[in-house]
Amino acid sequence: MNRKLTVAITGLNATDNPGPGVAVARALRDAPEHIGRIVGLAYDSMEPGIYQAELVDDVFLIPYPSQGSEALLRHLEHVIAQTGVDVIIPTLDSELGNFIAVEPALRALGVGLFLPTAEQLELRSKPQLTRLSENSALPVPHTLILPDVGDVESIEAEVGYPVAMKGAFYGAEIATNVHEAIAAYHKLLAKWGGPIIAQRFIDGESELNVVAVGDGKGGLIGAVPMKKTVLTDKGKGWAGVAIRDEALMEITRQFMATTRWRGPCEIELIRSRTGENYIIEINPRFPAWCYLSAGAGMNLPLAVAQLASGEVVKPMSDYRAGTMFVRISLDQIVDLEDFGQLTSLGELSRWNHKAAKKAAS
Amino acid sequence: MTTRIKDLAVSDNGFVFDPYSGSSFTTNAVGLHIIRRLQANASRSAILQSLDERFEGLTETLDRDLDDFLLVLRQQKLVDPDFRL
Repeated sequence: MNRKLTVAITGLNATDNPGPGVAVARALRDAPEHIGRIVGLAYDSMEPGIYQAELVDDVFLIPYPSQGSEALLRHLEHVIAQTGVDVIIPTLDSELGNFIAVEPALRALGVGLFLPTAEQLELRSKPQLTRLSENSALPVPHTLILPDVGDVESIEAEVGYPVAMKGAFYGAEIATNVHEAIAAYHKLLAKWGGPIIAQRFIDGESELNVVAVGDGKGGLIGAVPMKKTVLTDKGKGWAGVAIRDEALMEITRQFMATTRWRGPCEIELIRSRTGENYIIEINPRFPAWCYLSAGAGMNLPLAVAQLASGEVVKPMSDYRAGTMFVRISLDQIVDLEDFGQLTSLGELSRWNHKAAKKAAS
Repeated sequence: MTTRIKDLAVSDNGFVFDPYSGSSFTTNAVGLHIIRRLQANASRSAILQSLDERFEGLTETLDRDLDDFLLVLRQQKLVDPDFRL
């Protein structure tokens, strides 16, 4: 049997719009025969997942993505020296570029990642999604890129109203005429930056998502489709259920084959009232609901940790449709000493304390 | 008939889950009996006979009630749109 992996994860910001880190850690904890130490990498000492002591053994603060890949690597070298990290699972969109950039240096240090390439990352960006669909059979609603506010005029002829106006990374507004589209353009640009895109509005019957892992060679390691059953006011899934849907699986397989995607992703789809599925977004990382995959019997975070470590993982197809999740919000009691240590030193280790406690018992 | 009804998860208390759509439903004992008989490929006459045997007092409207229930199944896309017994 292989030795237990030490895994570092990011995205411990389990807020009302949660990062995926806590879900990834929970899934890894479900496999104690494979996973040993879990190291949290946080950007802020108030990220709630830091204080889940049973999930995260150590926490290190790392520089925000805006500080670049060099600063990230310097901090990671320290984390690796302190904890002997084997693999890292980044879970946030904004940090992926830096992690991809430092992947060769980390590999030289004996640390594995299982991430898409920079080119693959760009392929699934919102502005590129239409081009991806033009070169494949992937169904994407007709999309127009708007480099300038003057381009809003062309929406009526090229896409038609109503239209979904979207920021390149985040944010969406529905516009029913040119005046609303111009207002949405300025609002999205000010808040999220450009380019703004206009996407054909799909009058959807239901929102569907797939968490999937690609093997980097065009194959699918595994996927679990989910239907959101309760939404927050931000449109985030607060509850959902694993479903069996061959059409979604086929789209997922096509995406993997077309992009040769390496690593985890979330495919967001909308099903029209007439039954057609459209990809509205592809997130290049695990979604916050990815613990559902482990709960349904297909532990995809574990698969990524194993793949990142160089282990061979066979494709998986079995999961329990009907497995539900319902999110919960609760107040954690935090030891002031933990908070103080993390804030003043930038790191918090529970590993040795846990080991001593285990030995004593 | 679509195979979809065969894949429904059905519990004894009348909770029905469709693994394809993620939708769930509740039905009474009669509905539950019909679904289970449909899952077993029973014919119309066999379903009517078993309903008659199991649920007293349904006889007069049994035929129509069965059609009404099949209509509900079609509306919920649990059987093909053209499915008739």
